[in-house]
Amino acid sequence: MARKIKGDNIFKIITGVIAASAIVILLLTTYVLVNGSTLVFSQFGLGFLTSTSWNPVEGRLAFGLLPYILGTLVTSGIALLIGVPLSLGIAIFLVEMAPKKVRVPISYLVELLAAVPSVIYGLWGIFVLRFWVLNNLEKPLNHYLGWISVFSGTPFGLDIFTAGIILSIMIIPTIASVSKEVISAVPDSIREGAYSIGATKWEVIRNWVLSYGRSGIFGAIILGLGRAIGETMAVTMIIGNVTGPNAIPTSLFKAGQTLPSLIANGFIESPDPVQKSAYVGAGLVLLAISIVINIAAYVMVTRLLKVKGGAVE
Amino acid sequence: MLSGYSFRNFKNKLFFALCLVCVVVAVIPLASILFEVIARGASQINVQFLTANSLQGGIGPAIQGTFIIIAFTSIVGIPIGVLSGVYLAEFGDNKYASAVRTINNVLTEVPSIVVGITAFAIIVVGITGTYSPFAGAIALSFILIPIVARTTEESLKLVPNSAREAALALGAHKWRSTFSVVVPAARSGLVTGTLLAVARIAGETAPLLFTILGNNYFFQGLNQPMDALPLRIFNNSRQPSPELQAQAWGAALILILIVLALNIGVRLASRGKLRR
Repeated sequence: MARKIKGDNIFKIITGVIAASAIVILLLTTYVLVNGSTLVFSQFGLGFLTSTSWNPVEGRLAFGLLPYILGTLVTSGIALLIGVPLSLGIAIFLVEMAPKKVRVPISYLVELLAAVPSVIYGLWGIFVLRFWVLNNLEKPLNHYLGWISVFSGTPFGLDIFTAGIILSIMIIPTIASVSKEVISAVPDSIREGAYSIGATKWEVIRNWVLSYGRSGIFGAIILGLGRAIGETMAVTMIIGNVTGPNAIPTSLFKAGQTLPSLIANGFIESPDPVQKSAYVGAGLVLLAISIVINIAAYVMVTRLLKVKGGAVE
Repeated sequence: MLSGYSFRNFKNKLFFALCLVCVVVAVIPLASILFEVIARGASQINVQFLTANSLQGGIGPAIQGTFIIIAFTSIVGIPIGVLSGVYLAEFGDNKYASAVRTINNVLTEVPSIVVGITAFAIIVVGITGTYSPFAGAIALSFILIPIVARTTEESLKLVPNSAREAALALGAHKWRSTFSVVVPAARSGLVTGTLLAVARIAGETAPLLFTILGNNYFFQGLNQPMDALPLRIFNNSRQPSPELQAQAWGAALILILIVLALNIGVRLASRGKLRR
C-alpha cells in the first residue's frame, strides 16, 4: 500500500514538474524582453513610448514607439469595426437560426478561416485583396469623403486601411466561435420567457440573449482584439512599413506600421545594440498588452459560463 | 396594432437576412483565398519545382524544412504538452494547477513574433550562436506546448470518473489507470487536438524569421540556417520578379494542402467518435 502511494506521488511530481514548462516559458519570455529592453529604456526612459522619431544613424540615435502603437490601435480598431458585427451575425445565425443540417458545415468553414496560415493571408492580400479594396472601397471613399482627413491622400492599396480589412477577416473565427459558445450558454428559460410575452425572434435576441450574454461577448471581442494586435505576417506584408513620424496614422490611405510589423521588418537586420533593444522593447509592450487582454477576456467569458453551470445544476 | 406587428415581423426577417449575409461575407474571403491559391499555384507544380533547390527555381528546401521543423517541434512539444495536460486533468484541483492553466491561456495568446524574439535571444544568441532548425523548433514548441496541454486536459476531462474509479478498484496505480484507461479512452480527442495544434504551427512564420532565417539549399545541419514554406512565401512575395512571386503561390498551395489535410482529415476521421 505504501509503495503504491509512493509510485503515484512520483507520477504526480513528474507530471507536475513538466506542467511547470508553461511557467518557465512565460518567465523566460518576460526575462528576455525586460532584459533586452533595459538599454533602450535607460537611454530614452518613458520617452521611448511617446516619441515619434526612429533614427538608427550612428550619433543621432533616437527611438520612439508612438507611431507604431497608434498604427496598431488604428488597424485593430478597423478590424473590430468590421469584424465584430460580422462575427456576431455568424454566431447568432449558427446558434439561433441555422437548421441543424447547415450548422456543422458552416462552423467548419468559419474554423477553416482560422486554419489558413497568416502568411497566405498576406500573399492573398498583396495580390488580390489589395486591388479589390483599392478599386471598390478606397477610391470611392477618397473621391467622395476625401475632404475628411482620414480618407485623404492618394489611395494605393498597400496601407493601413487594407491591413485593417485583412485583420477584420482574420479575427472573425475567434470572435464568432467564442460568441457562439456564449450565446448557446444563455439558458433557454430566458428565451422562453421572452417569447411568452410576444417578442419576435430578433427582439428576443437583441433584448434578452445579447444582454444576458454581454459580458461573454465583450470577452470574445477582446480576444479578437488580442489577435488583431499581435498579428504579424499578414500586416507586415500589406501595411507598407514606414518608420518615424511618417508612420503616424494621419490618414487611413497611407503606409503605416504596427508593433509586430516593426519587429518583423527590422529586428534581424539591426546591427546597433540600442536599435535591437528598441525592437525588444516593442516586443515587451506587445507582451504586456496581450497578457492584460487575455486575463480580462478570460474573466469576462468564464463569469458567464459559470453562471450557466450553476443554473443547470 | 396590426401594422405594428407586421413591422416587427419585417424587422425580424430583415435581421435574419442580415445574419445570413454575415455568413456569406465571411465565407467569400475563404473561397477567394482557396481559389486564388489553387488557380495561381497549380500551374507552378511540377517535379522540378518540388525537388530543386531555390537557386534552380524550386522549393525543395522549403518543403523539406517545413517537415523537419514540424518533426522537431512535435518531438519536443507534444510529450511536454500531453504530460502537462495529464497533470492538469488528473491532479488539477489545486492552486498551482490553476496558475499553470491561466499561464497556458495567456501563452496561447502571446503574439508569435514575441516568441521569436525569445528563442532568438536564448538559442541563437545564447546557445548555438547561429540560426538553426533547433532554435526554430524551440520557438514553435513554445507555441505548441500550451495548446497541446489545454486540449489534452479538455479531452481527459471528458472521460467519466467511473472509468478511473473502476481501474483503481481493480488495484491499479493512478499512473497505470491514467495511461491504460484514461488516455486510451480520450485518444480520439487527444489526437485531434494535437494534430490541429501541429497544423497551426506548420503555418507559423513570424518566429521562424529570427530562428531559422531561410536558406536556398537543402538541410545543411542542425547549426545552419534552414528554409521553410512560410518563410519562402514571405520572402518571395516581396520580390519584384514575377517568377519569384509565382513561386510564392506554388509554395502557398503546398503549405495550404499540408495544413488543410491535417485539419479536414482529422475532423472527418474523428467526426463520429467525438460526438457526445
